[in-house]
Amino acid sequence: MSIERTYAEINKKIQNGKAVVLTAEEVISLVREKGIAEAARQVDVVTTGTFAPMCSSGVFLNFGHSKPKIKMQRVWLNGVPAYTGIAAVDAYLGATEVPEDDPCNSNYPGEFRYGGGHVIHDLLAGKKIKLEATSYGTDCYPRRELETYITLGDINEATLFNPRNAYQNYNCAVNLGNRTIYTYMGVLKPDLGNAHYCSAGQLSPLLNDPYFLTIGMGTRIFLGGGTGYVAWHGTQHFPGIQKDNQGNNYGPAGGTLAVIGDLKQMKPEWLVGTSYLGYGATLTVGIGIPIPILNEEVMRCVSVSDRDLYAPIVDYSEAYGQRIPGNLGYVSYAELKSGKITVNGKEVPTAPLSSYPKARQIAGILKEWIQKGEFLLTEPVKLLPSYKDGIAASTLEIKGI
Amino acid sequence: MSPKKIILRFDANVSDKPIIYRLVKDYDLVINILKANVNPSKEGTMVLEISGEKYNEGLEYLKKQGVRAQPLAEEVFRNENKCTVCGACTDICPSGALYLERPSMEVKFDSDNCIVCQACVKVCPVRAMEVRF
Repeated sequence: MSIERTYAEINKKIQNGKAVVLTAEEVISLVREKGIAEAARQVDVVTTGTFAPMCSSGVFLNFGHSKPKIKMQRVWLNGVPAYTGIAAVDAYLGATEVPEDDPCNSNYPGEFRYGGGHVIHDLLAGKKIKLEATSYGTDCYPRRELETYITLGDINEATLFNPRNAYQNYNCAVNLGNRTIYTYMGVLKPDLGNAHYCSAGQLSPLLNDPYFLTIGMGTRIFLGGGTGYVAWHGTQHFPGIQKDNQGNNYGPAGGTLAVIGDLKQMKPEWLVGTSYLGYGATLTVGIGIPIPILNEEVMRCVSVSDRDLYAPIVDYSEAYGQRIPGNLGYVSYAELKSGKITVNGKEVPTAPLSSYPKARQIAGILKEWIQKGEFLLTEPVKLLPSYKDGIAASTLEIKGI
Repeated sequence: MSPKKIILRFDANVSDKPIIYRLVKDYDLVINILKANVNPSKEGTMVLEISGEKYNEGLEYLKKQGVRAQPLAEEVFRNENKCTVCGACTDICPSGALYLERPSMEVKFDSDNCIVCQACVKVCPVRAMEVRF
């Protein structure tokens, strides 16, 4: 008889210190050796991990009230503007925001040495952050400007809320043009000089739950070195299945997650301010998600290896920027990790932007938390849209006014 | 004598002289060319690793030819606390000093192979590659 488990049963085993937990890397060889049915019988939880730049990240901050009070209309943290179109001393600092005086790409390729992601990292490192605010003044909030220093410990709340993280899968970026280009996929050399990819592959959370059978709203996760939760599906959540022109199946495409958690219990080594030459500033985010082995189908999903997972190869010199559909073919993560792939008949060296060793470390930490009984699984309040929902991307058309 | 790394800079009038040949032939030096570049105005830069008994005589010869030689004083190093082991530098590094170890996918830095071109310093997304003087 095939195995069925509930969240409650798994949590009971975790609390008794009896849960069997493997990482998504470890489970591959177990399934190869024992088969899916036996592996599903043996294992209760499989942990995943990813550590990569995730631009759609940021933090809600509440600074507390100064005396006299101010209704902050504009706010800067170490010179980086934060969004203040919410209540008086609330602000949202986005990871990709850069100081107003950053030369950006006017000094091409711009360096983008410091941005919102770096402020988040500095907050976590316990550094003093310069806070500046201006306002128009009201009867209840008379102050018009302030300048002070804050630390993460000083302020009321710091809630990391990332509207789009943990991309299920991502493009392998190449450059068919004749000059070096500077992209969010790194520096791409001309004439297929290199290929960059950005996924933890077989360790990646959403590649291990391709049909969203377990990860949903309320799923407790490893987020930035602390605990967090899946809040919703991410923006641009397109959890379809990749197919080529002949209709061959190349696995999961582009599901995403919105995640939330208390920044104050996170760690600077798992939320790192990041700069892409000629592109911008961002935040490298560490995420790990436990997958409860509820049944054999879930075990089958987590047993995938880099050989089974494919990225589309996309030209960033023209096709990407000009929104030209299609791609240059699919390549497996096993091939990408080998160091070279073949594109248009040419051998192209590859490099990752997503740290596989750190992804492995995150999956290991989460495994340890669960084994120690410190981290219990949560049953999603609501599952997220999957390929069955047939979500298609909308485009933005430029219309005359 | 352990090999020494030096950087040579020379003007257009030197570019067509077989200076490396002379260093090998006349001074019996063992030379490893780590980097060589001649720009469109024919000014050149070369990074060499040299060993041999007549090292000083060889340098004296270079000086007479109008080649400016100086020891490689700058060094690129990896700040291990900052490095996130992503790998973005590994296909940008022209000398293979930064590379991925497989199958662990750990990023390794072999400073012996570094030619101090500093391409990694700009490309590293977390500024983990630093120049030391």
